[in-house]
Amino acid sequence: MTRDHILHRIRTALGRSAGQAASPDVPPARLVVPEMDREARIRSFTARLEALGGKTLCAATRDEARALVAPAIEGKRAVASNAPFLAECGITSLPGVESGIADRERLRAVCAAAQVGITSADYALADTGSLVMLSSPQEARMISLLPPVHIAVAPLERMLTGLDELFTVLPRPAEQTSSMVLITGPSRTADIEQILVRGAHGPGQVIVILVG
Amino acid sequence: MGERVALFVTCLVDQLFPNVGMSMASVLERLGYKVDFPENQTCCGQPAFNSGYRGEARAVARHFIRTFAGYERIVVPSGSCTSMIVHHFADLFGKEPETLRQVHALEKRVWEFSTFLTEVARVEDVGARLAEVVTFHDGCHALRELGIRAAPRRLLARVRDLELREMRPDDECCGFGGTFAVKFAELSGAMARTKIEAILETGATTVVSLDPSCLMQIQGALARAGKAVRTMHLAEVLASH
Amino acid sequence: MSVEFDRKVHDTLADANLQLAIYSSTGRLKRGRSASVADAEMPDYQELRTQAHAIKKHAIDNLDYYLEEFERNVTARGGKVVYCKDATEVADFVLGLAKQRGARLIVKSKSMTTEEVDLNERLHHHGLESVETDLGEYILQLAHEKPYHIVLPALHKTRYDVADLFTRELHVPRETVIEKQTALACSVLRDKFLAADIGISGANFLVADSGAIVVIENEGNARLTTTAPKVHIVLAGIEKVIPRARDLATFLKLLARSATGQLLSAYTSFLSGARRPGEIDGPDEFYVVLLDNGRTRLLPDREKRQTLYCIRCGACLNACPVYRKIGGYSFPWVYSGPIGAILTPQFMGVSHEPALPFASSLCGACGEVCPVKIDIPKVLLELRSDIKKAEARDGQNRLEKLAFRAFAWLMTHPRIYEMACRMAAMMAPSGNGKWISSVPPPLNLPPVRAWLSQRDLPPPPAKSFRELWRQRR
Repeated sequence: MTRDHILHRIRTALGRSAGQAASPDVPPARLVVPEMDREARIRSFTARLEALGGKTLCAATRDEARALVAPAIEGKRAVASNAPFLAECGITSLPGVESGIADRERLRAVCAAAQVGITSADYALADTGSLVMLSSPQEARMISLLPPVHIAVAPLERMLTGLDELFTVLPRPAEQTSSMVLITGPSRTADIEQILVRGAHGPGQVIVILVG
Repeated sequence: MGERVALFVTCLVDQLFPNVGMSMASVLERLGYKVDFPENQTCCGQPAFNSGYRGEARAVARHFIRTFAGYERIVVPSGSCTSMIVHHFADLFGKEPETLRQVHALEKRVWEFSTFLTEVARVEDVGARLAEVVTFHDGCHALRELGIRAAPRRLLARVRDLELREMRPDDECCGFGGTFAVKFAELSGAMARTKIEAILETGATTVVSLDPSCLMQIQGALARAGKAVRTMHLAEVLASH
Repeated sequence: MSVEFDRKVHDTLADANLQLAIYSSTGRLKRGRSASVADAEMPDYQELRTQAHAIKKHAIDNLDYYLEEFERNVTARGGKVVYCKDATEVADFVLGLAKQRGARLIVKSKSMTTEEVDLNERLHHHGLESVETDLGEYILQLAHEKPYHIVLPALHKTRYDVADLFTRELHVPRETVIEKQTALACSVLRDKFLAADIGISGANFLVADSGAIVVIENEGNARLTTTAPKVHIVLAGIEKVIPRARDLATFLKLLARSATGQLLSAYTSFLSGARRPGEIDGPDEFYVVLLDNGRTRLLPDREKRQTLYCIRCGACLNACPVYRKIGGYSFPWVYSGPIGAILTPQFMGVSHEPALPFASSLCGACGEVCPVKIDIPKVLLELRSDIKKAEARDGQNRLEKLAFRAFAWLMTHPRIYEMACRMAAMMAPSGNGKWISSVPPPLNLPPVRAWLSQRDLPPPPAKSFRELWRQRR
């Protein structure tokens, strides 16, 4: 069996035996979570996302969030995830928004036709301007992937300082979900003559609304 | 001072650029050192080592160790040769513990010239004067294996009437690479031409380096291109007045 | 050195447009990296490199343990791990699965490992359509060419090349605006994603404690490849494994910065299997193919084992003054640049292209930028020594060996060394202080001629240093 053959070759090369534990010299995981107050987090996130061509808006209340989303999707077909937060903000009831989809094929068809995909976000990362999206019954993957515009609406308390804090609060993402995606700005490519083009396969426009 | 220093001039300086060695001796003497030249010296063995001939490199290294056995301070006008001795001699004697011990003791006594001045002699102003616009080329071994960048610049900053202009980019190989220069001549030549473009951009009339091998590559390319820019070793600059 | 290698190098050096493309695009990436890891931007950069190296060292030194942990965790969530020793076994597995599922269309995201095993060629040979979805790779697939650079596969193509290509292969009106070319390709590929039966991706990391893979990209094609089709196959070298998800806090901070100067790529996907119950979309089946293909051959060597720490960022390519002149196609295999120069001889055997480890000035720029601190110059030197030992054994390159023996003898006999140098100096043209552009026999030996083909030689001085020194006294 190739498996046993390869593992045997590895062990022979390393001078190890089957079933042997890992050597005790594993470096401790390095997680350094900086101090960063709320305002600093917002400033950092906003600056980072803007540098990538994305946009950050702040809404003090859920109603304000809804009011920010409405003009952005005016006259457009939008698909929203099943995130409870979106319903709480009243976003799922905006005209032109379809949500509550649980069927994969239907979701795909709607996302392929939609011009805007609206999601919440599980976390945001201040030092890189990233969104952290975990796939779940509330959040499907395609909504932040197929439509050319992605709007994410998330409560401010989900804003972490960065990767170190993310892996501190979520050291084992695989226990929660089959897919955790860090989204850092619009999709992009520079494959032709290294000229930057925003919007390739994924959304070319990313708007993040922080609520609270 | 009156302290003794031994020169390891390197085979290249000995045979092709003797003025570099004389300049180095002159600067050290001006600072009060008594300068020795162990006559049995030849080469550090780097050409053999870099070409994969470790047995041959070992023989040359042993000769070096013997030649310089009694000397407390050994000064070298070359980053690449210094690096060969202080970093790579140890790679050669893994199977000879006694020689390895001698190598480790030797490593502490060998200094690249600019580092010797700034860290051992602890001087930056050696009383030099040179009215030229110069640019400085950092040889790769000096820069990356020995971490030398500030020392030569601090010394140049104290040379009267000298203007230093940095080239952009400031960290690219001149293309010498030892036997690489002849094994891959066309490629080495292309790298040299990119280097001299950066040099010419600065408008400097002189290129300074602490590595004679780099200077040979650069001057060779400048001469072939018909450019009037000349090269000087750091020791030659510091000996000028 | 090798005729084939010399010819490719020569051709690349002679192509002025290509020279400009290679130098300027790698220059941009080099500067991007430099700015993003500068002290003010990333004060803990060196610390992170040290940590990354230590993690990789530990993972490779305990490779069997972590592969088994990875496998256990993948299997526990319903996924399957398949070990393949070479290209044939990989193709057999994929073809077998495709047949079982009645698959016809495959979409692929960028993966050097799939290039290693010529996967597309093999699938195509068996009547499957396997479409590259990364824009650069897609362009190359249409052109029937190989990637030029780890991060910039189509570095050597201009917008006009792309326009010609698209018109010819996609039967569309000629379009030279890059944004429009991009949109066109994405539109064609979107249909492929949504119709594909199988998605094949690589993996930047295999996370042992999670049974997860990590895929890093900017375009979104990897997300689509790993989300749209019902079957997701991952192909990854066995050396990609890291112990813990938390280790990603170290690696992710280094990878994008080292590659392009970005803080993070647009998308970092952490995928641990088929969609869970309740999850709305994602694949139904998840396979991870672990590839050997020469990696275990490398493993026993303690000095050179570090070659396997590579996280494929491409920083060494962008820093290498040699790569920036000879480009990706001069290299004999899929891996180019400094990492290619140490990896190829070890995976394929040194005789595959013995010139490779010598085609370096040992400037050390690669080792300086490697995020996992692979001491590439050291490995190059070891390979050079290995090659010369093999040549001595096989009686090859005798003349060179003799020359270095003579060199060592001369350098250990100072009086003879001095005499020989004096004789050579007497035979050389004086030059009148000017540098020399030609040298008569018997001095015009091949190395001298090689030097003179590109630059002048210094005129021998009237007296050597030791002669001058003796005179002083």
